[in-house]
Amino acid sequence: MIIGRVIGRAVSTRKDEKLLGTKLLLVEEVNPQGAGSGDMAVVADHLGAGPGDVVLVAQGSAARFTAQTKEQPVDALVVGIVDTIRVNGRSAFTSAGGFAPNDKGARP
Amino acid sequence: MRLARVVGLAIASPKAAELEGVRFAVVQPLGAGLEDRGRPLVAVDTVGAGEGQTVFTVAAGPGRAARGMADRPVDLAVIGIVDEALMEDR
Repeated sequence: MIIGRVIGRAVSTRKDEKLLGTKLLLVEEVNPQGAGSGDMAVVADHLGAGPGDVVLVAQGSAARFTAQTKEQPVDALVVGIVDTIRVNGRSAFTSAGGFAPNDKGARP
Repeated sequence: MRLARVVGLAIASPKAAELEGVRFAVVQPLGAGLEDRGRPLVAVDTVGAGEGQTVFTVAAGPGRAARGMADRPVDLAVIGIVDEALMEDR
């Protein structure tokens, strides 16, 4: 899974009927320090993630292995909304405080 | 399979029902010189790997055979801890 930050939402009225009622988020891939990669994906969400949330995204066929998505044409799915990330023994992210400042600084 | 180093863990309370009880490891993929290569990823840990340990991971598809990966929305799993990586001199 990749770590991503919810940066928006795609609104689509005319779409595959199997996607009716499914929220489509725009998610930028980030590293555990919060730096964005510049890559963005349209990600199906059944957990209720919102703007600014940090999420775990399952990609490829894995996205269809849930009760809600098994019949849906999706290749990216929010499978978790992140509470905390720890890296190298230190807190890198908390949902309350965001990403921790780090020695390397944000990479472009 | 790919070699990676466990650098941390992620906790997500709201998660897909199929993922109840799984452990998420943050893993850094390693290159041919055992150097960090590419961005860290999140894998389901099926073997109880600890931070700092070198492991190997399997991607979805073939990885469906892994304990902890079958019938779950998971695209990467840690399926082994590497005791030692023996590299030829180059």
